[in-house]
Amino acid sequence: MHLPALFTRLLAPLAALALLAGCGPKNPAPNATIKVGNYAAITGKDGTFGDSSTKATRLAVDEINAAGGVLGKQIELVVEDTQSKPGEAATVVKKLITRDQVVALIGEVTSSRSLEGAGVAQAFKIPMLSPSATNPAVTATGDYIFRACFIDPFQGKVLASFAHERLKARRAALLTSISSAYSTGLGDVFRAKFPASGGEIVSDQKFAEGDKDFKAQLTAIKAANPDVLFVPAYYTEAALIAKQARELGITAPLIGGDGWEAPELVQIAGSAIEGCYYSTHYSAESPDPKVQAFVKKYRDRYDGRTPDGMAALGYDAAYILAEAIRRAGSTEPAKIREALAATKSFDGITGRIDMDADRNASKPAAILTIKAGTFTYLETVAP
Amino acid sequence: MSEFLQQLINGLSLGAIYALLALGYTMVYGVLRFINFAHADVFMVGSFAGYYAARHAPAGTLWGGLAVLAAAMAACAVLGVLIERFAYRPLRHAPKLNVLIAAIGLSLLLEYGVQLLFGATPRNFPQVFPSARLQFGPLTVSSNQLVVIVVSLGLLGGLQWIVFRTRLGAAMRAVSLNPRAAQLVGINLNTVVAFTFALGSALAGAGGVLYAMNYPSIDPFMGVMPGLKAFVAAILGGIGSLPGAALGALILGGAETLVGGSAYSTYKDAIAFGLLIVIMLLRPAGLLGRLTVEKV
Repeated sequence: MHLPALFTRLLAPLAALALLAGCGPKNPAPNATIKVGNYAAITGKDGTFGDSSTKATRLAVDEINAAGGVLGKQIELVVEDTQSKPGEAATVVKKLITRDQVVALIGEVTSSRSLEGAGVAQAFKIPMLSPSATNPAVTATGDYIFRACFIDPFQGKVLASFAHERLKARRAALLTSISSAYSTGLGDVFRAKFPASGGEIVSDQKFAEGDKDFKAQLTAIKAANPDVLFVPAYYTEAALIAKQARELGITAPLIGGDGWEAPELVQIAGSAIEGCYYSTHYSAESPDPKVQAFVKKYRDRYDGRTPDGMAALGYDAAYILAEAIRRAGSTEPAKIREALAATKSFDGITGRIDMDADRNASKPAAILTIKAGTFTYLETVAP
Repeated sequence: MSEFLQQLINGLSLGAIYALLALGYTMVYGVLRFINFAHADVFMVGSFAGYYAARHAPAGTLWGGLAVLAAAMAACAVLGVLIERFAYRPLRHAPKLNVLIAAIGLSLLLEYGVQLLFGATPRNFPQVFPSARLQFGPLTVSSNQLVVIVVSLGLLGGLQWIVFRTRLGAAMRAVSLNPRAAQLVGINLNTVVAFTFALGSALAGAGGVLYAMNYPSIDPFMGVMPGLKAFVAAILGGIGSLPGAALGALILGGAETLVGGSAYSTYKDAIAFGLLIVIMLLRPAGLLGRLTVEKV
C-alpha cells in the first residue's frame, strides 16, 4: 500500500476526529456562566466527607443562583470525585482547569489530597479554597491557596488542653498515621503541647493509611497504661481502632480531630466509641439561628440528613468564594485571589471567618462527644 | 512478657488469615506453575458474599456464622472455577507470561467490577459470630480472634485430608509432580485444575469473611494488601509447599505484629518484607521449598 493511501485510510478519520473535537462544545457560549470546580472524595474510604461537603456546596450555589447569581451571571459548579485515592486529586484538578476552564476551585476535603491539588492550582494560578484541609502545609503551597477552616496547630492545642484540663489526663498515648499529612501534623502538635502543660506521652505508635489491623500497636499502648488515647485519624481507621482497643480491654477514652466526623464512625465502631471526644468545626445543635436555618435547609433537601462539620464548611466555602468574586468585580483568577485574601469578618455557619496573612481562616472549634450513638455538643473553644 | 504473649496471639490470628490466602497461591502454583494474582480479589469477593449472606442469617450466633462462612466459601469456589474456565484454560498452552498478564487483568476487573456494582464506599461488616472478650490472666483474646484461629486450623486440617487422603488429592499431587505423566495414567487434567481452583478460592472466601469479621470495614480494594502479604508468605515458606505456606504466613503475621507493637511501628511493612529478602538470600527456595530443575 502506498503511503498516501495509508494516510487516507488510517490517519484521515483520526484527523477528522481531532477536528470534530476541536470544534466540539468546548466554549459553547463564553462567559454565560461562572465555572467553579469542586473536587472532593465522594466515594472510597473518606467518602462521606466529600459527600457531605459537595452536597452543601451545591446547596449554597443553588441559593446564590436563585438570588440572582454573582456579577449578573449564574455559577456553574463542576464536580469531580477523587475516590479517596492518592494521585487522583492532581489529575482531576488538571482536568478542571484545562478542560472545564474553571475560574476557581473548591476542594479537597482532606489535607493530603488538597496538597496534591494545591500544587497544580498554584502552577496554573487558579485560586483554590479548601473547605476542610486543616494541615498548615496546604496553604503554604503558594499565594493562590486558601482554606475555610481552622488549622491543626490550633486544633491540636485545643485537644491537648481538653485532655489535660477537662479529662484530667496525665498519661497520653498517640496512634498516628504515617501516610496522612493530616494525622502526622495533628500528632506533632499534640506531641509538643501535651507535655508542655505537664502531661506525659507514654506511648507513640504509628500506622499506615489503609491498615486494618491495629492490635499490635494497641497492645503496646495498653502495656503503657495511658489515661487517654489520641487518635488523629479519619473515621474509617478511628472506628476500627476504637473497636480493637475495646476488644483488647483498653478502657481509656479516645480523642480525635475533625476527621472523625461521619456517621460511619458510630456504625462501624458501635458501642466501642461511646464516651470518646473529638473536635470539629461546628455543632448542628448550636442555637444560632443562622446555623439552625442551614440545618433545616440541608435536611429539607437531603432527606432529613443532619449536616456535619464537612457540610457546614462546604457551605461556607461556596459563600466565601461567591462573595470574593462579587468583591473582585471580575472572574479573572488573579482578581478573585486578591478578593479572597481580603476576606474579613465573614459571618459563616462555622463562625466568624477572617483570612489571615497565611491565607488561613481563624475561627473557633467545637468539642463533641459520642453519647448513646449520637454526636453530642460539649463546648466551644475560641481561637 | 505478657505483652509479648499478647502480641503472639495477635500475630497468630493475623497469620492464620494470611495462611488461608497463601494456600491458594501455593496450590495453583503447584499445579499450574503460575501466580494467580486475581486470588486476592477472590478474597475480597468472599467478604462481600459474606456481607450479603449475613443479611439472611441470624446475627451473632455460631450456626449463623458458620452458614455465612459456608455461603462465602461456596460463592468463591464457583467464582474460582469460572475464572479458571474462562480466563486461564484458554491460555493453558500459551507462554506463562500471558497467563500472568491475564491474572493481573482479571484482578483489576474484579476490583473495578465490584466497585461498579457496590460502590467504593467502605461497608460495615456485621458481627456474624457471637462476640465476647475472654480474659486469660493478663491476656485478652476476643472471640473473633479465637474463631479465626479455630476455623483456620479446621480448614487446614481439612485441606491436608483432601490432598493426602482422597483420590482427587492424589491426582492433584500427581499433576503437580508431572502434568503430562499424570494424564498418561488417566488423570483428567481439567477436572484436577478446576478442583484446585475451587479449593483455593473457597479458602480465600473463608479468609475474606474472617478478615472482615476482625476488621469490619470492607471495600473493593481490601484484598490488595493482604493478598500481597499472603503471596510473600507463600514464597517465604517455599512456593508449592502447603505446610510452607502456612508456616510462612504465621512467621509474617508474627513479625508484622511484633514490629508493629515496638517503637519501630513506622517500619512495620518494611521490616516484614525485609525479612523476606533475608530469608530468600539464605534459602532461595523458601523455608520448606525444594529447588527443582526446570524441565525443558
